[in-house]
Amino acid sequence: MALDLRINKYADVPMEEKQRLFDEVTRDERFEEYLYGCYECGICVASCPSARFYDFSPRRIAQAVAREDVDLVYTLMNDSIWDCSQCFSCDRCPRKNSPGGLITIMREVAVNNGLSSAQEALEGYGRIVYKIMGTGTQVSPDMLQPNAFPDWGPHVKDISDNLDIWRRALPPETLHTTETGWQVDDKTIIELYLIWHMTGVMNMIQEVDEGLYEILVDVMEERLEEEGYDVTFD
Amino acid sequence: MIPSETLVKQAKDRQFVQDPNKAPTEDIHDIIFQLEKEGEWEVQRVPEPYMEVKTKYGRIKKIPIEKTWHHKSCGQCGHIPGYSTSIFWLNRKFGYDYIDPSDQTSCTAWNYYASATSNAAAQAAVAMRNFAAAAETGYYPLIHCGTSFGHYKETRMQLIHSAELRRQVRDILARLGKKFVIPEEIVHYSEWVHAMRDKIKENQVRDMSMIRATVHPACHYHKLITEDVIYDPEIYGAQRTAIITGTLQAIGVDVADYSTWYDCCGFGFRHILVSRDFSRSFATQRKIEVMKKEANPDVVVTHDTGCVTTLDQSQFAAKAHGHEVGVPVLSDSQMAALALGAHPYKVLQMHWHNTDNTGLLAKMGIDPDKAWAEFEKALEKLKDGSQQYLTWEDTDG
Ligand code: SF4
Ligand code: SF4
Repeated sequence: MALDLRINKYADVPMEEKQRLFDEVTRDERFEEYLYGCYECGICVASCPSARFYDFSPRRIAQAVAREDVDLVYTLMNDSIWDCSQCFSCDRCPRKNSPGGLITIMREVAVNNGLSSAQEALEGYGRIVYKIMGTGTQVSPDMLQPNAFPDWGPHVKDISDNLDIWRRALPPETLHTTETGWQVDDKTIIELYLIWHMTGVMNMIQEVDEGLYEILVDVMEERLEEEGYDVTFD
Repeated sequence: MIPSETLVKQAKDRQFVQDPNKAPTEDIHDIIFQLEKEGEWEVQRVPEPYMEVKTKYGRIKKIPIEKTWHHKSCGQCGHIPGYSTSIFWLNRKFGYDYIDPSDQTSCTAWNYYASATSNAAAQAAVAMRNFAAAAETGYYPLIHCGTSFGHYKETRMQLIHSAELRRQVRDILARLGKKFVIPEEIVHYSEWVHAMRDKIKENQVRDMSMIRATVHPACHYHKLITEDVIYDPEIYGAQRTAIITGTLQAIGVDVADYSTWYDCCGFGFRHILVSRDFSRSFATQRKIEVMKKEANPDVVVTHDTGCVTTLDQSQFAAKAHGHEVGVPVLSDSQMAALALGAHPYKVLQMHWHNTDNTGLLAKMGIDPDKAWAEFEKALEKLKDGSQQYLTWEDTDG
């Protein structure tokens, strides 16, 4: 996904398609709040953690969108936006832009349209999406496995070896869980599934990860049916 | 020629005066109450008695003292559970009534910022479902996570400015059989700790004056909807948020400054999970090493899931590569609990943290070996089956 602006990597993608995605970005309700123009001052770049480690620039993104450079926006949407850390340090922009917010919208458009860059960026991410959408909490204690976090050292093994007993050694009653961050009521989970259903989020998952979509749909439909809901995600 | 000094005021002479009448942004409270009058939603009031703090432009923010509904954080509860345990312990210490609900989901914003596999309506519906669940109990939401706090404020802004989004989310909530209710203030737990700092100081039993700390304010606490963040003229001249620093200074900790205080921790949402080389490098090279060189702190204190995780966990690999690291990372709730005499393992659960923190404990006069032995003794009861869980009563022993 490395950004290379010396060549027009996406020259063969029809301009109409690039324009269609660009329009999807600018039509978003949040767009007007996130971009007012750009002084090219670079304050956002100076604050940006990702700009220090990647060939990445929030200024380039704000400018490309402000100039309506449909071609460049398409390239950035493929090869740049996933480098952003979503820290919103760039919100100190004197023009009141939010390059990070623009990127959030661009990512949603990339996902909604199943761009291969979105699929690539989210590879290895399925378990996380599954946890959050399926259980209502994202980071679970049982994710702390030494093979998942080798760079965090032997302490991860200590935790995973002692997981059950250390969780039971937590005084708050909701925290004795190992598969979820805390104990979530069945009724609460059902409400969450209904929210995913009513807001079309599952269609976004289907665009980027068909396998994950199938698993999630199975889990959700079964749970909803048990509770008497006749809901399908197709 | 006109001398330039008559035209340009020296920066040091300039004073930032917090004046709500000169605030460049609208007052959210006016709008949410107006929308209530128009029948758009209900507003859940901060329960009395409450504390008042000032935000960036001098507006008053109400902080509930008790009757709080604890909106927990995925990362804290999953990987650094002593963080939330300390928040609950502080409430119990002061005899405050609170609820630790199981009718709560994550804000799901970690996923939203990392993968974008969600949308504005879903995010707002998740937020409003949690708020409705809190309102049903009569207790007031206290948000443990910096990202949930920032994200809920962004969501509130979107709901305020979009009648269509309000309609869509109101319909979803109605189909779930829930009220459409928004809290009067969105309050982060560290704002509660800040508001309680005088009380914490009054009840302090451990001297912290020998401890030097650096502070990392969480991006999603102070960079999103920045006007709704605690600022205090007594702290950094109200040039940056007073959060954490105010609490630490109250308990006598020496807070040292460093040049990269505004930088993020390197968490990056997707990066901490799938591009950890970035998170590790940023956390150690732009934060920990700079702190070490410029301030040589005993501890880094922060107030968000991602920041504690990234700043703490990243140090192992950096140390292996010979970098100047090795600073323990704690939350302000854990520091406040320590000041009030909390047990480092039964309450603070410091064994879930990575960077060696025994030196910090020793400096505070706590024998880490003795404390660990006490924790292990408590575990025996769980191992032999005579007790299933460690209880709050066990933490007092
Ligand atoms: S939100 Fe993204 S673009 Fe903005 S400063 Fe953070 S990493 Fe850079
Ligand atoms: S800070 Fe704002 S105005 Fe300056 S370059 Fe970045 S987006 Fe443009």
